Amino acid sequence: MTAFSLSVMVVKVIFVAVVLLTTVPIMAWVERRGSALIQNRLGPNRVGPLGLIQPLADVVKFLWKEDPVPAHVSKTYYVLAPLMALVPAFMTFAVIPFAGPIQIGERVITFQAADLNVGLLYIFSIASLGIYGIIMSGWSSNNKFSLLGSLRSSSQMISYEVSMGLSIIGIVMAFSSIDLGEIVSAQGQALSQIGGFTVPKWGIFIQPLGFVIFLTTLYAETNRLPFDLPEGESEIIAGYHLEYGSIKFAMFFMAEYMNMFTASGLLATLYFGGWQLLPGMGWLLGALPLTGMSHDWARVILEMTSFFLKVGFFMWLFVWVRWTLPRFRYDQLMDFGWKVLLPLSMANICVTTLIIYFGWV
Amino acid sequence: MIVKGKKNFLQQFYVIEIARGLGITIKNLFFAPKVTIEYPEERRKYSERFRGMHYIKATNGVENCTACMLCPTVCPAECIHIEAAERPDKEKYPVRFDIDVLRCCFCGMCEEACPKDAIKLSTIYEMSCTSRPIYDKEFLLEQRGSK
Repeated sequence: MTAFSLSVMVVKVIFVAVVLLTTVPIMAWVERRGSALIQNRLGPNRVGPLGLIQPLADVVKFLWKEDPVPAHVSKTYYVLAPLMALVPAFMTFAVIPFAGPIQIGERVITFQAADLNVGLLYIFSIASLGIYGIIMSGWSSNNKFSLLGSLRSSSQMISYEVSMGLSIIGIVMAFSSIDLGEIVSAQGQALSQIGGFTVPKWGIFIQPLGFVIFLTTLYAETNRLPFDLPEGESEIIAGYHLEYGSIKFAMFFMAEYMNMFTASGLLATLYFGGWQLLPGMGWLLGALPLTGMSHDWARVILEMTSFFLKVGFFMWLFVWVRWTLPRFRYDQLMDFGWKVLLPLSMANICVTTLIIYFGWV
Repeated sequence: MIVKGKKNFLQQFYVIEIARGLGITIKNLFFAPKVTIEYPEERRKYSERFRGMHYIKATNGVENCTACMLCPTVCPAECIHIEAAERPDKEKYPVRFDIDVLRCCFCGMCEEACPKDAIKLSTIYEMSCTSRPIYDKEFLLEQRGSK
């Protein structure tokens, strides 16, 4: 590995980590303000303009609070659990490309922290690791509610991961790849012409049913409403992080929002063209009086903008859905996962097979 | 009890219904009037009958009270203590008029009993303090807020 590629790698890793860490306070603000406005309240609006500095105040509070370890917990696992939740949350975003590759001299730089050719499998395997943190916290807390929360979480994740994996197979078949970079590049082609408007080959247009299933299972995987049974504030208080306080709780909190960010990134990557330019941006890029390298960098910036806009929309959707829908009952959750989503995802695979066989995609 | 509402074919898929729900929440986010009262700048508007902190009404700088002892008699919390005396013109007046506001239950009976309209309850409700005060006549005579 040359010094150049090493430095590029370091810059990319730092960029991804910074983006992930920046999202958490922003999302905390969005969640609090958004929920308040939806419920006809105002939300935190005192600290800084529009309350934007509020997350910083929260961070300071989390850091300076006493960090007690309850006497009845199993200490090793109790301390280890937040880390086990946080580390996979950090790792998953590594393979998601956030801009198209750029050529500098001989070298091609891809804008993703790790350019894996099995990106999709990597995401699934690492995202599944996150559940260990939840199970460990629930078990080590030595508390009925925590244990119930972690039990619910594990059964929910296992049930929904099946449909999730099957819903992805449609996309994998359509693009014949599990490399996220290739999937995104393939989505740049045109699917069809309707009037003067070119429909791109985004995942949503060739896999609408798959998209709905994947979206639903993602909510279950990230433990967000309407699938937040592991937390279930009204039933089991806070579930698995009931016994946690100060910075350890903040770690669970960060892990949740980072998982949301990765999930949104995955949604955008698989179904909404990833870094492919949003409508209008292609025209803007053509209109800019730039040539050579500066044109390339302008393209990269526009691609990053469109990627993060898409991700931002899905992040907002997470918040929006949370304050719209009530929580599932446990038996309804299992019914929905096994009796509705699983057959639907199977059917989706069959239909996709036929579509590909007849060459419509 | 499980209530099963009637659903038509489309509603059974919930997708459209969820979209409608999202529409309602986003409408609330942008257009609904917000109910929050931003406390230090805005105050809740209480009714005229609100029973807050006591005050003694004065006419031309002299308190209306004639120390008739009706309010300490009627007070269920026994928080009013009056020491009466005579003025040079033989009129009765309170030398001391103390209200132990920590014992007061803000029932407003003193206000009702008073024949001279002397003791009244204002609309002031911010009465938290760091000591345990017994409000005396000088304090109560000050007109901080009235109805």
